[in-house]
Amino acid sequence: MRIHASFWRGMRDALPFLVVVIPFAVLFGVVATEAGLNVYEALAFSVAVIAGAAQFTALQLMMDDAPTWVALASALAVNLRLAMYSASITPHIGAAPRWQRVLAAYFLVDQVFALTQLEYERRTMPIAEKMAYFFGVVIPICVPWYLATLAGAMVGKAIPESLGLDFVLPIAFLAMLGPLLRTPAHIVAALAGIVVALSFAWLPYNLSLMAGGLAGMMAGAQAELWLERRKEGKA
Amino acid sequence: MIDTVSLWVVIIGLGLGSFGLRYVFLGLVGDRPMPAWLLRHLRYTAAAIIPALVAPLVLWPRATGGEPDPVRLVAALATFAIGYVTKNVFLAMVCGAGILAGLPLLY
Repeated sequence: MRIHASFWRGMRDALPFLVVVIPFAVLFGVVATEAGLNVYEALAFSVAVIAGAAQFTALQLMMDDAPTWVALASALAVNLRLAMYSASITPHIGAAPRWQRVLAAYFLVDQVFALTQLEYERRTMPIAEKMAYFFGVVIPICVPWYLATLAGAMVGKAIPESLGLDFVLPIAFLAMLGPLLRTPAHIVAALAGIVVALSFAWLPYNLSLMAGGLAGMMAGAQAELWLERRKEGKA
Repeated sequence: MIDTVSLWVVIIGLGLGSFGLRYVFLGLVGDRPMPAWLLRHLRYTAAAIIPALVAPLVLWPRATGGEPDPVRLVAALATFAIGYVTKNVFLAMVCGAGILAGLPLLY
């Protein structure tokens, strides 16, 4: 019974995220259609990857005629944060059966990670309830991701180009960026990422993205160390 | 137009790669501790990659042929500022989209 309760609680907690997931997935469907993908290809993209940011990155680079490996590597670079999610959630659900961990890994998207992390820190539960909560969260987030991609791909050509849709992607990313900058070190990472990405913009095929990402990660890590040392010095 | 073979290489490669990134610790590391330096770098991945991705698109939008565009700049700055202050992703997205669609009507 407790397991059912955890599952439903997960579903309920995830429902508000529909307002973010649906427009983002519709947009992916639309952009994919504009890039020349058919409905099935757009859907396959969303089912195989379920990571909006990486899907948009790969699509954008392919539209720019970047070599396939560059599109793939850049999109994977965008998804490196998933390894961090995997690392942070392992102490909570690492004890689950392997088949459940395989499924959980596939569904470990931004919103699922954020919600489950919050719940596991707030409430102590046996592993079976943790997994029930996890899959409860997955349903309202991942199923609409597929369906809305499909819808976007089907109506894609009906949406006029003059709406400035090219810029909806930067808007979505910028909206997510604010809440990510929790500490001064995160801000340093973001600034370093921007400066290096812009300075190396002359590199072909958006390689400046990888340069900016790596530089930002190193700058953030160094800033964290420096801030810790300063705090210890004061204490 | 995107070539079908490279499209499927990217879809399958990105699908497997993303799964690998999600599975690497959950499935393979388990309860063993990870080196602190690696965790410290991973913590800043999203904060570094997202701005590096967006900054060129904001400054040199493709739709204007790479010319900076005041409407897009204002929409971008407002979206970021609202997200940063309120921590509300949805509100920031809606305001940004509203500015993007509404500001040109004022001219």
